[in-house]
Amino acid sequence: MRLTLKVWREGGKYVGQFVDYKVDNISTDMSFLEMLDVLNEQLIQEKETPIAFEHDCREGICGTCSMVINGQPHGPMKSTTTCQLHMRSFNDGDVIYIEPFRAKAFPVIRDLVVNRDSFDRIIQAGGYVSVNTGQAQDANAIPIEKDTSSQAFDAATCIGCGACVAACPNASAMLFTSAKVSHLATMPQGKVEARKRAQSMVKQMDAEGFGKCSNVTACEAECPKGISVTNIAKLNREYMGSVFGSDKVM
Amino acid sequence: MTKLDAKVPKGALSDKWQQYKGTMKLVAPNNKRRIEVIVVGTGLAGGACAATLAELGYKVKVFTFHDSPRRAHSIAAQGGINAAKNYQNDGDSVYRLFYDTIKGGDYRSRESNVHRLAEVSTNIIDQCVAQGVPFAREYGGLLANRSFGGVQVSRTFYARGQTGQQLLLGAYQALSRQIANGNVTLYNRHEMLDLVKVDGKARGIIARNLLTGEIERHAAHCVVLGTGGYGNVFYLSTNAMNSNTSAAWRAHRKGAFMANPCYTQIHPTCIPVSGHYQSKLTLMSESLRNDGRVWVPKSKADSDAIRKGEKSPLDLSEDQRDYYLERIYPSFGNLVPRDVASRAAKYVCDEGRGVSKTGLAVYLDFSDAINRLGEDTISARYGNLFEIYEKITGENPYKRPMRIYPAVHYTMGGLWVDYNLQTTVPGCFALGEANFSDHGANRLGASALMQGLADGYFVIPYTIGQFLADEIRTPNISTDQGAFAEAETEVRGRIEKLLAIKGNQSVESFHRRLGQYMWDYCGMSRSAEGLEKGIKLIRELRDEFYKDVFVPGSNEEYNPELEKALRVADFLELGELMCKDALNRNESCGGHFREEYQTEEGEATRNDEDFAYVAAWESKGMGESELHKEDLVFENVELKTRSYK
Repeated sequence: MRLTLKVWREGGKYVGQFVDYKVDNISTDMSFLEMLDVLNEQLIQEKETPIAFEHDCREGICGTCSMVINGQPHGPMKSTTTCQLHMRSFNDGDVIYIEPFRAKAFPVIRDLVVNRDSFDRIIQAGGYVSVNTGQAQDANAIPIEKDTSSQAFDAATCIGCGACVAACPNASAMLFTSAKVSHLATMPQGKVEARKRAQSMVKQMDAEGFGKCSNVTACEAECPKGISVTNIAKLNREYMGSVFGSDKVM
Repeated sequence: MTKLDAKVPKGALSDKWQQYKGTMKLVAPNNKRRIEVIVVGTGLAGGACAATLAELGYKVKVFTFHDSPRRAHSIAAQGGINAAKNYQNDGDSVYRLFYDTIKGGDYRSRESNVHRLAEVSTNIIDQCVAQGVPFAREYGGLLANRSFGGVQVSRTFYARGQTGQQLLLGAYQALSRQIANGNVTLYNRHEMLDLVKVDGKARGIIARNLLTGEIERHAAHCVVLGTGGYGNVFYLSTNAMNSNTSAAWRAHRKGAFMANPCYTQIHPTCIPVSGHYQSKLTLMSESLRNDGRVWVPKSKADSDAIRKGEKSPLDLSEDQRDYYLERIYPSFGNLVPRDVASRAAKYVCDEGRGVSKTGLAVYLDFSDAINRLGEDTISARYGNLFEIYEKITGENPYKRPMRIYPAVHYTMGGLWVDYNLQTTVPGCFALGEANFSDHGANRLGASALMQGLADGYFVIPYTIGQFLADEIRTPNISTDQGAFAEAETEVRGRIEKLLAIKGNQSVESFHRRLGQYMWDYCGMSRSAEGLEKGIKLIRELRDEFYKDVFVPGSNEEYNPELEKALRVADFLELGELMCKDALNRNESCGGHFREEYQTEEGEATRNDEDFAYVAAWESKGMGESELHKEDLVFENVELKTRSYK
């Protein structure tokens, strides 16, 4: 395949612009990132600065890869990260636009690389169970319904990539935040702190400059792990309870 | 050559750890508050260690080259985590887990460490459940288990096919809590480029800020490395792209011995290489061998036809297929351990009977299982794996047998550590895959997660006190001293040297060539002749690298090519040492198979008389090393020949 790429370059000699590149002899068996490897190798041969993009496991689980391809975070294939997207999803002669995730809370570092430290700070605000090493009772002491545990898993499978933010017209981090709130509130071990957690994580989310949720649900559609927006409903319930409920924490 | 002292406590095997814990030195809470610890790496071992030390009151500085601690490669582990809970009432016990691990490691690990690992395994599951890890459960609400290769009990706990992810997120959340409390300072996007020693003790590191290129000095009372394995020396492996040996290798160059570097685990079920552009390999969980049957065509002609696309595997009748694992190993069949299955695949492909364009693949066929159990059952068991396979290859494994081939997956070798997990540099500790201690010459499935968390949550928080109790009068270490300045100058020198070469070949191209040499000469099967050739080629490649590599950009910026160049430079040294270690070990054991040492049927021949020792290498500068030995004494198990026939 022969392709034209329009890649966002920012930093170094670029102020922030699309730059055109041509790549040839692209095999349909290549992953999207391997196609970019080929382009970067080409640029290095020309003594040009290669395109900066982040990636690590290339198995769709670490959440490091993060680009917008033809307007869609992680590209056109449903439930698939960029690293698992293969070139057989494209056609010979295609023009492909590649951009970084865009959000105020994800400043661009260079080219396609953005800073997602804000996600870490949301977790630090309360996305944990307050238990020290060694304090645990026997693992089977509390039976947990199979379905309950399975629901918690569905939320806990979030890879923290930020596609939900990039897909949202408000750049809201509600899906990410709610996935953690919901995972932990569903498990008996995490229930104890559930309301306080919801409040402190939402507060941090707002402080980071993420937008509000207006029920567009593009986040769910673009999430490579299929995290459901019902988690947002659960977050809202925990949050409202923490402000107005009989066990409010404020 | 010196004989190494592992500082194993006295007493009966099953009492050692309990007794030692009860009598070891402690650091009082008021002293912990002022003692600083550097932890490098935020995977299961590093993350668990940093969180736990902070909970205990130490002042922790944690470093990761990733943007977030949650991205460490532990996240990608699929299958599960072993623990001797005996929840299934099937006869499991601490001793049995200990024994299986020693045997699975082909009798090349240290009894005392392995027994401790089996003991604390049960605490890990308790801890992770308390953190809210959503393990698989039965309808009664209790934890589910499954079985794994090489054992006869069900002791593996799992969270679908994403156990590593869920355990790592547990450790990451515990770490995040300590960061929020101010007990841990996180240095993300920082790469350790050197270990700093003051008066013989590890007192800090030199790290590069990957965003700005700033070379920073960081001091502490001691340094803990949880920096993972070095499988990426092979270029193609199941490791993440950025996994590297640099932190461990730099500690090695500063005096930490590197133990058994030749022990590499080659996993039999990975998706084969599809072309020269391939950047990494993807594992298909070992659990697939429970229902899949491995085969290649009986005749070379059929293989040729399949490779050319003239025939499909579905055209071949039963009697034209060779189910070689079932044929050679009738009692274990498709479930032989990883090393045995990998070598068998290599042999049939070497005979020219491989399938797929490259000739380097065998079939893993589910048609019998689908006929017997129905497509729904198979989909419930392996649905997500079949999806991954189809995404990558574009082939439907329900209709057409999967193509698989072995790939580098894990490195059992690593920094030599004593019972306290301390390296040969006082104050420098190594945990998880970064050390060599528990898996001998071959690791069993679902044991890597167990070891990482055991070391991080339940071993180092105790044993680090043995060192730190004598440091309570040591004031905070200043970075304004000679040792830090020297190390910084050395690091700057290395960076400037690489940037100044301005040659014509990319870092990636050197890494690929190194990987090919390692695979050809220090891979699944090794020979003295091949290893000698490998050493020569690696040395030449290293010379060429320092003459002709091209690293674009400068140090003072975000520069992923420079990061890669520094890592590949270290791989080019490690690769040579791996070949030397393999050349020295004149026997076949576990993942190390020397062609000269095999039976007539092609089975590995161990030599316990001459090689029941840990080979620990001391660095004497680039390309120079001296061998030291730790004799392995087996007081509790009898050394047997592994047989799976």
